[in-house]
Amino acid sequence: MTAADRPLAKPRPIYLNLMAIRQPVPAIVSILHRISGVLLIVAGIPVLLWFVGASLASPERYAAAYGALTSWFGKLVLLALAWSVFHHVLAGIRHLLLDIHVGLDLAPARRSAAVVLVVALLLTLACAVRLW
Amino acid sequence: MHKLAVGAHYGGWDWLVQRATALVMLAYSVLLLGIVLWNGGLAYPVWKGLFANGAFRVVTFVFMAALLYHAWVGARNVLMDYAKPTGLRLALMIAVVALLAAYAAWTAQLLWGGA
Repeated sequence: MTAADRPLAKPRPIYLNLMAIRQPVPAIVSILHRISGVLLIVAGIPVLLWFVGASLASPERYAAAYGALTSWFGKLVLLALAWSVFHHVLAGIRHLLLDIHVGLDLAPARRSAAVVLVVALLLTLACAVRLW
Repeated sequence: MHKLAVGAHYGGWDWLVQRATALVMLAYSVLLLGIVLWNGGLAYPVWKGLFANGAFRVVTFVFMAALLYHAWVGARNVLMDYAKPTGLRLALMIAVVALLAAYAAWTAQLLWGGA
């Protein structure tokens, strides 16, 4: 009996539904690396340029910009951007280490992905505590 | 199949650019952190003085150039993976280029516009 004739123990998946597949931690870190990067392009860079511009223009415009950033909504935006920076930079450093063959095996790669995910969230939490 | 080692745009150049620009940004971040620590925080006169310094302006512009190039390579990768119809992909890529060019102009204005 060849492998092709053997009855299947259970039906094989015939499609790849991303919502139905349990994603391993490195995959989650990878997609969040992309999402945080896109967030930084559409919101992080303009907020940074706007705030630096206001801070250099005059003490009054700095005070106004500071007020906007520390409003309830401003703090939420700041927190989302802080997480984006933390996650993106940490995931990026992990990438650079993988490039020079540090932690390339499956177990350490999974561990470092978990570290990136958790440390970025902890740093964001620290920012949240500091902001409120 | 005959493959070109260089200049064929298989992605090796973008791979290298993404890492080189990341290292430039990390170096600038360390420099900025060093300046903050050296001055014991960032009081307003220190902050203003920093941007009045010609060398700091140039280094800051190099950081922004690295950031924008890095953003382009990343955005292009994302669009190549998710924006499948050619017309849509092209339109989004043009939008990204326009956005990043605007950021570059804004940066130059902040640094040398005298505002």
